[in-house]
Amino acid sequence: MSFARFTVRFAGPLVTFQDRGRPGHKRFGVSASGPMDRLAHAAANVALGQLAGATAIEVSMGGIVLACTEGAVSLAVAGGEFGIDLAGSGPEGWAVLTIEAGQTLTLRPGRAGSWCYIAFAGELQCGHWLGHAATHSTSGLGGGALVTGQELEVANTRTCPDREGPIAQPAFARFDGTARVVMGPQDDLFDAAARTALTTETFQLTDAFDRMGVRLDGPRLSIGGALSIPSEPVARGSIQVAGDGVATVLLADHQTTGGYPKIATVIGPDQDGLAQLRARDALRFKAITPAEAVAAARTHAAARVAWLAEIATPRGTLMERLMRENLVDGVVRADSDS
Amino acid sequence: MTALPRFTPVAEHALLVQLAEEVGDRAARAVLALDKALADRPPEGLVEVVPALVNLLVEFDPVVTDHADMQAAVAALLDHAPDHAPEVATHDVAVCYDPDLGPDLAAVARATGQSEEAVIAAHLGGGYRVGMYGFAPGYAYLTGLDPALHVPRKPTALRDVPAGSVIIAGPQCLVTTLKMPTGWSILGSSPARILTGDPSRPFLFNVGDHVRFTRIDRAAFEAMGGAPA
Repeated sequence: MSFARFTVRFAGPLVTFQDRGRPGHKRFGVSASGPMDRLAHAAANVALGQLAGATAIEVSMGGIVLACTEGAVSLAVAGGEFGIDLAGSGPEGWAVLTIEAGQTLTLRPGRAGSWCYIAFAGELQCGHWLGHAATHSTSGLGGGALVTGQELEVANTRTCPDREGPIAQPAFARFDGTARVVMGPQDDLFDAAARTALTTETFQLTDAFDRMGVRLDGPRLSIGGALSIPSEPVARGSIQVAGDGVATVLLADHQTTGGYPKIATVIGPDQDGLAQLRARDALRFKAITPAEAVAAARTHAAARVAWLAEIATPRGTLMERLMRENLVDGVVRADSDS
Repeated sequence: MTALPRFTPVAEHALLVQLAEEVGDRAARAVLALDKALADRPPEGLVEVVPALVNLLVEFDPVVTDHADMQAAVAALLDHAPDHAPEVATHDVAVCYDPDLGPDLAAVARATGQSEEAVIAAHLGGGYRVGMYGFAPGYAYLTGLDPALHVPRKPTALRDVPAGSVIIAGPQCLVTTLKMPTGWSILGSSPARILTGDPSRPFLFNVGDHVRFTRIDRAAFEAMGGAPA
């Protein structure tokens, strides 16, 4: 069996193992966890020919330095615009690379983005809880957080020269700073000024930002009456408002129930882009109807499937690619001699 | 407020189904009955149901169904759901009230004008039910705390409260499963493993189950493995 080993030379806070998430246990207080940017996580996996939901490393803005101590394996880096350095050279943007013993991979936050994923062509070894590696950050349940000095192993490794090179970023999912929301479920508890402010004013993310959620700066959203609600289930994407009128958007490791009223909920397709913003970035909200939200989710799901299929297709080895380029204008089509 | 049941869309993928305005046994029975009906006859596209005190969150796959269809399916189930609560289990949960395990016992006794033994007796005498889970994995909110023990949260949270702590605030009680900060009052510690470690039944309680606390001394507490790790 082929394998590769790594030493974590450095890991910042909130660098965790994440598979696609652990749905089905919210009734027991367990949020699904999984990636903060689900599309980038899937992209890193499928670019290597892995299942979209396989276990990868979620890297926060704290960054990571991984030294390969044994073996060789292809890996994919996707999510945000992080700076990548492999053995002294750095590809621009998302990419599939191959690392071998003696080389070091460093990821640091670049121009934009809060979360980046490293997937491996093989099986990244880590602990599981309830059948999933997804890490619930506040409890540490699941694969857990990576810490400086830790050893990592990837089993059943492959190197994939036919997949090396840049990964195209998903144009269909480009986030323009405006998150679509469905108002409610408690928008009627807020006064009219608060409801208007939510969708007309600009908010800013604060640095109270972790895997549970992000607190926003912006207009105070005052609650009309002195109403409180019995604790109720909350969804990822909920914009909950505390007694002081400050809004928090709940993210991957959100509490599963809570008593704060929710003025609106960010739709799934816009949660990845929102999570990639950074503290002090501007954020606006646009209200859409539930039917429009369903339509948006279906459009997004179809585009996601098509795009993942595209980047999952090996592009060929460098020699094959050169051959194909040379043949594009020729008589023989590249796909007829494969 | 519109009539009950009340259906509120949540984002693109869920419906909040409100069955009561007030927390209580009637609300709990209605929530459990619908929860069971959804488990027995899941509508097309159903992904997950999260029951709580007065409502349930019904999550669905928006590629398969939508709010209107899910609302119709849930409404049909409500029309045919039995109004009696499904069978639920009763769990005995042992608690040791030694002062080092229950550091707030004395303060609760002072705040409620009774002896520590009376606080323990009142705590043991509650008729508890798992109202819902929340906050963190395995945190089961128990309703049914004796009103004589209703105390507000402490002004500041205590850090690193160990797993297994039996804590109260307002009308609720819970047994913690993780080392976490809490502003609730700590009465004792339980060796019960709510995160069971058993993959076939990873959580000790289902929502709606009854819980009875029983008192154990330190020797029994230690013999039962002490507080969960």
